[in-house]
Amino acid sequence: MRRLFCFASVLLVFSVLGFIALSGCSSQTAKSANTITVWHWMTDRDPAFQELAKKYTQKTGIKVNFELYAPSDAYSQKVRAAAQGQTLPDIFGILGEKRDFASFIKAGHILNLTSYMEEGQGAWKNKFFSKALAVNEFSSGNIYGVNAGIYGAPIDVMAIEMLYNKDLFRELGLNPNRPPETFAEFIDIGKKIKEKNLQGLVSGWGELWMIDCLANDYAFNIMGKDKVIATIRGDVPYTDPDWIKVFTLFKEMRDSGVLVEGVVTMVNKTAEQLFASNKAVFAFNGSWCLNVYKGMNPKLSYGVMLPPKASQARPMSIWGGAGSSFMVNARSKNQEEAVKFLKWLTDKDQQVYLADTTFNLPSNKEALSKIPPILTEFADDVELSTHPNTWGVSEFPAVIETLDKGLQSIVIGEKTPEQVASEAQAVKERELAKKRR
Amino acid sequence: MRIKPTLENYTFVLPAVIIFSIFYIIPFFWVFQLGMYDWDGILPTKTFVGLANFTEIFLHDPSWWQAMWNATYITLIALIFQNALAFLLAWACDREIRAKNFYRVVFFIPPILSEIVVGMVWRFIINDVDGANMVNRLLVSVGLGNFAHNWLSDPKTALTTVALVHCWKGFGWGFLIFLAGLQTIPRELYEAARVDGANAWQAFRKVTVPLMIPVVVLVAILTVLGTMQAFVLIIGLVGGEFAGHTSVPVLRILASMRGSSRFGYACAQGITFGMVLVIISFIQYRFSKRARQIT
Repeated sequence: MRRLFCFASVLLVFSVLGFIALSGCSSQTAKSANTITVWHWMTDRDPAFQELAKKYTQKTGIKVNFELYAPSDAYSQKVRAAAQGQTLPDIFGILGEKRDFASFIKAGHILNLTSYMEEGQGAWKNKFFSKALAVNEFSSGNIYGVNAGIYGAPIDVMAIEMLYNKDLFRELGLNPNRPPETFAEFIDIGKKIKEKNLQGLVSGWGELWMIDCLANDYAFNIMGKDKVIATIRGDVPYTDPDWIKVFTLFKEMRDSGVLVEGVVTMVNKTAEQLFASNKAVFAFNGSWCLNVYKGMNPKLSYGVMLPPKASQARPMSIWGGAGSSFMVNARSKNQEEAVKFLKWLTDKDQQVYLADTTFNLPSNKEALSKIPPILTEFADDVELSTHPNTWGVSEFPAVIETLDKGLQSIVIGEKTPEQVASEAQAVKERELAKKRR
Repeated sequence: MRIKPTLENYTFVLPAVIIFSIFYIIPFFWVFQLGMYDWDGILPTKTFVGLANFTEIFLHDPSWWQAMWNATYITLIALIFQNALAFLLAWACDREIRAKNFYRVVFFIPPILSEIVVGMVWRFIINDVDGANMVNRLLVSVGLGNFAHNWLSDPKTALTTVALVHCWKGFGWGFLIFLAGLQTIPRELYEAARVDGANAWQAFRKVTVPLMIPVVVLVAILTVLGTMQAFVLIIGLVGGEFAGHTSVPVLRILASMRGSSRFGYACAQGITFGMVLVIISFIQYRFSKRARQIT
């Protein structure tokens, strides 16, 4: 009996300790109003964030804890798990598509920032590039069923473009100040690259979304936004000749030798290493790469260019807009302080500091005048940017996956553009039928 | 009066039962329950869809079955090559050879390395664009230059290359278990066999093999469970699913959760995958029982 009593006592003690330990990590929102917790995934920007946090504490007395969770996949899972357990921090970012963003809002996790943005005749709102804000905005009557408003503050802007190595351009006998403007010129350079036994275009096409990004750029160039959106709505099939043209560009790139061998199994980090070490003539990458290249090879001589036009009928479009945004936890007890901090973080001085130290494009228009020259090359093209999160419609993930894997198959010579188009359309019809049911 | 000691005994196993239930049984049923919902993993509301997710997996998701086949292919290679290598090396190290402790340490290094590191190192060894291209150089130097190509970016060789790297990474576990198994065989049995006139091959066949069957089964089950669930190495080597050629079930589950935000469907995939693994393990166990009876 005594043994039983001892055992029960030990069990009770452990249960109480366990309960205390668990409840200790259960609530991020219960922290004091003098501390704001921010979760993020941006490894390259963490030192700058920590520095800014110190400055903010000195200025206001409010402590800001920037907590880094990387890589981005792990971060994404952490945020979802925290949302399920209602343990999100005061400020956080969301990685994912617009529908994920909408789900977070509908689940009551994100504060509507519209009233703060509109205060003082839209003083905060007017600081941002409209393209950057659009990613965080839901218009009235949106397909996601979210109340109209602005739900996030962009802290930087990104644009995904092509880059070319000026030294290798000289080696190819090309003018380093005149990158190719048409797709035909680009393909011709591919042939020269093959002859000289150099490496052509590198990109993280093993990660799928970047190949999707270039395909979208060309879809906008060849058929225009309206037709792309009509395709997503299901009004135009992927077997349309314009879509076949888009897919054929990838076949042409493969045939010309402008693509590096193995590009479809390449992760973006590897692509960045290759380009930074002067081993590849072209790269398809986002504006964040400037910081990466600076770290890997400060002497790298390169320029920024739009993907060469495949059609002269329409302008070239690039993926871009808000790079990273922060949202305020709607359940946070520190909402007001969190909003004040975001306002401060997106002010001109802090944005200039972030651009200088991290080489990311500022989301604040006023900060543009003080950014490094190579950044301005990207900034010049921000107005040409578009992003699926601003289109108001979303393609089915299964269709996107079929398209992206299909493009990989075209690049490795396994499938024809027509085959990929038919497969994508079949999946589209299946998903549409499922939705109707 | 007998109830009290019985109750007392049960109380002692209660913590283990509670912990096991919290971390294994309850999550299993919870995942099974979620598999019957259409849920994005964020919204508080879920739509009950019954067995629709499972029906979709079985009837309308060819990419899932391609992933299952790819995992089976890697597993078959691992079962044959990885375990054969592990057994041979364990058998060699069990004998009186010089520096056997050194070999024991060296053979156990690959399993303790991080999978992502192994993937990237092997990518460097194999690839010609972003690596040292050692394999192709070796082929050229021995006059087999015709076989030199981009192993990881060729759909015909990508999966086999992944499987072979997986074998290199995993054979150390099998080696360790086989070695422990071999060391439990009494030396007297070999001496008795020798006295009875058995040669080395007969001693191996009649003494080592029958006594090692339980160990072989254990290693085989662990190999199947470990290999079917491999995915980090694949990300390190080829960056992902490579147009479906290197897709495996765990990558598909992750794609459903992250890419498609179909948490319910991912749970259904997880349950289906788990059931397949249980069935395979059960078949292996039955097969080993039969093999033991025959030997």
